[in-house]
Amino acid sequence: MATAAIKPKHQRLVLLVIALAALIGAGLLAAWALRNQAAYFYVPSDLISKPPEAGRAVRLGGMVEKGSLKTAPDGVTIDFVVGDGKARVPVRFRGITPDLFVEGSGVVAEGRMEGRTFVADNLLAKHDENYVPREMAEMTAAQKKTVVAETK
Amino acid sequence: MIAELGLAMLWMAGALALLQLAAGSLALTQRGRELAGIVRPIAVVQGGLCALAFVSLILLFLRTDLSVKLVATNSHSLKPFIFKLAGTWGNHEGSMLLWVTVMGLAGAFVALFEKRLREETMLATLAGQAFVSLGFYAFLLLSSNPFERLPEPPPEGNGLNPLLQDIGLAFHPPTLYLGYVGLSIAFSFAIGALVTRDVGPAFARAMRPWVLGAWIFLSLGITAGSYWAYYELGWGGWWFWDPVENASLMPWLAATALLHSASVLAARNALRAWTVMLGVVAFSMSMIGTFLVRSGILTSVHAFAVDPERGSFILALLAIYIGGALALFAIRAATVTEGARFAVVSREASLVFNNVMLSAILGIVLVGTLYPLLTEAFGEKVSVGPPYFNPMGAIFFVPMLIVMAIGPLLRWRDDAAGRLSTKLAIPALAAAATALALVAMAPSIKPLPFLGIALAAGLAIASVLPLVGRELKRTPLQVWGMVVAHLGIACVLFGVASDSAFSTEKLVASRVGETHQVGPYRITLRDVEPVAGPNWTALEATLAASYAGGSPSILATQSRNFTSPPQTTSESALHTRWNGQLYTVLGEEADDGRWQLRLWWKPFVPMIWYGGLLVGLGGLLALIGRVARDVKRIRAEDKISYRRQRQGR
Repeated sequence: MATAAIKPKHQRLVLLVIALAALIGAGLLAAWALRNQAAYFYVPSDLISKPPEAGRAVRLGGMVEKGSLKTAPDGVTIDFVVGDGKARVPVRFRGITPDLFVEGSGVVAEGRMEGRTFVADNLLAKHDENYVPREMAEMTAAQKKTVVAETK
Repeated sequence: MIAELGLAMLWMAGALALLQLAAGSLALTQRGRELAGIVRPIAVVQGGLCALAFVSLILLFLRTDLSVKLVATNSHSLKPFIFKLAGTWGNHEGSMLLWVTVMGLAGAFVALFEKRLREETMLATLAGQAFVSLGFYAFLLLSSNPFERLPEPPPEGNGLNPLLQDIGLAFHPPTLYLGYVGLSIAFSFAIGALVTRDVGPAFARAMRPWVLGAWIFLSLGITAGSYWAYYELGWGGWWFWDPVENASLMPWLAATALLHSASVLAARNALRAWTVMLGVVAFSMSMIGTFLVRSGILTSVHAFAVDPERGSFILALLAIYIGGALALFAIRAATVTEGARFAVVSREASLVFNNVMLSAILGIVLVGTLYPLLTEAFGEKVSVGPPYFNPMGAIFFVPMLIVMAIGPLLRWRDDAAGRLSTKLAIPALAAAATALALVAMAPSIKPLPFLGIALAAGLAIASVLPLVGRELKRTPLQVWGMVVAHLGIACVLFGVASDSAFSTEKLVASRVGETHQVGPYRITLRDVEPVAGPNWTALEATLAASYAGGSPSILATQSRNFTSPPQTTSESALHTRWNGQLYTVLGEEADDGRWQLRLWWKPFVPMIWYGGLLVGLGGLLALIGRVARDVKRIRAEDKISYRRQRQGR
């Protein structure tokens, strides 16, 4: 068989080349997939000014506007408006809301634009004092205050 | 008093680690030869002290000693006993103490029980283990002291995060840590073998049971964590590609590759440098995971308080250990002599393929986990989730599964593909038949679950083929272990694919007395009543669920309000059958008196965790088989040398 023809040193080289090729291939594939599959984070004003392609999964972060939260007659679909003080985006969500999801507080919604409405698959609210969605943690208390003041 | 004693023991253990490193390194030189005798005892005492320090912390938590800062911030006198106990590691400092304890005990066990390794390699290994431990002692003592006292004890503690107040906390973290940190042994073995240039079959045979032990715990820990997240978080999912989950998956992938490559090294003396490299990589992945989680640069449910100082500390440790080990590898890799050759169709080649695929999946997961950090450096915020991980992982997972079905049937060194064609026809037919049945019965199934179910059927049958033609009673336990573990992987795959293909979900707003249909279940909301527990109150919905018209089973799902800290959690209620699971969650009450209910029927989803248990069981069988064989051999050798001594007289 082929073993007799290949010297040990060559076999090691061949193995190395195959392993490297597979790993580099995996890396390139990963890079390509990440460009297409990563969900970008938007605030409402960005979402309005440079909207993502329709149907693309993105994350939307902002404050839930006071008085905007409405439950549909089916009892499980909710509509609300997420704003950042400059722009407002209507959001629709079907499901059980996270425990700390209330009007006037921050939220990160995962989903996609369908027409002019953002349809959320998942809502991330503050879970507890230690588990805050990353994007939300960066809205400082001051920012939150001004946003809330403007959207009141 | 207990706190001070614990702290003192921890400092002593740290000092002993320093001594262990010094003595172990000196003993390798000509002049320090005499020191060789003290290295093992030091390792044992160091591990023991660590364990005692950990026990002290447990005692403080059990007594709810509020003068200790950690207890005051994380515990509460009204917590049930089991959560006081488990709460010891439900926080940053306590879990780091658990980390150091596992590391110390692992070193102690190696010092006590490892008899096959050459003495110099053993010294270098223990020195290596002490070197790694030192960094974590420093981290613990300098930046995360678990025994810190408060000048004035508060009247009551802050309590434990309610999400953690679950029996899962008692099992998942300790098991996971035993695996995660137990891999430090592989790391130290690799360093030891590189230092003494002792990479060979004997080294692989000595290392393998230790890696196997860590790998069993890691497999079980991941399985337990996945099930815990599944029923506790109330989202009906069992894997979220959360950075922390990835942080436990990456060491598992590396350790799995290591186990397989170590068996090539042990049996055939090939893949020498590669095996050592994997030993380094596996524990490096554990450390990278810890860094990602504890530095707070990535958010996750597992992140405790965020402290930048800790992040930089762990980053420095990472740089020293991973950088140092890789540098040592680079220097010594060239001196690791050539291994034996093998043909393209051979057991070795299939294991090499498995290793390359596992490494590629590891790369995919690592890149996906770190990508958000990378883009953030350029001011763009992204999150990476299932749309990336699932297909990308599958690209390498699917070919690996196919080779996994064939590999165990191949001979070492060289084999002819034709020899196996009749044997392999059975699993191939099973996969094809399953595929056809799926096309006929579920034409709208998505490609990945379709492939998953068909492959799972083929792999399940292929995995028991190595037993065919063997006398079952005389088959070594290692072979049984491999068969059971591979069967476990087939089970996991089947559960995963079935869950994603056939789960049905229903979200309803229900009045009391109304009935809903989800999958084969008819579910009636009987009533919603307030109930109270030791440190919570809850609204409890009673559901009567009947499967396909059978007599109803009663499920009680709750929405719990904890008082300290104030937080609401959903307690899902599950009904498990052999062919799937009903999953129910209670939501909020609407203005008109209707209750939100989320109901899932998940066919065969428990197979995921049964499969995980099988993987662990397979590992255990293999471990028992290997250790029993080693013990036998050592006894036989002892007998021979004893006889020789007597004859010599």
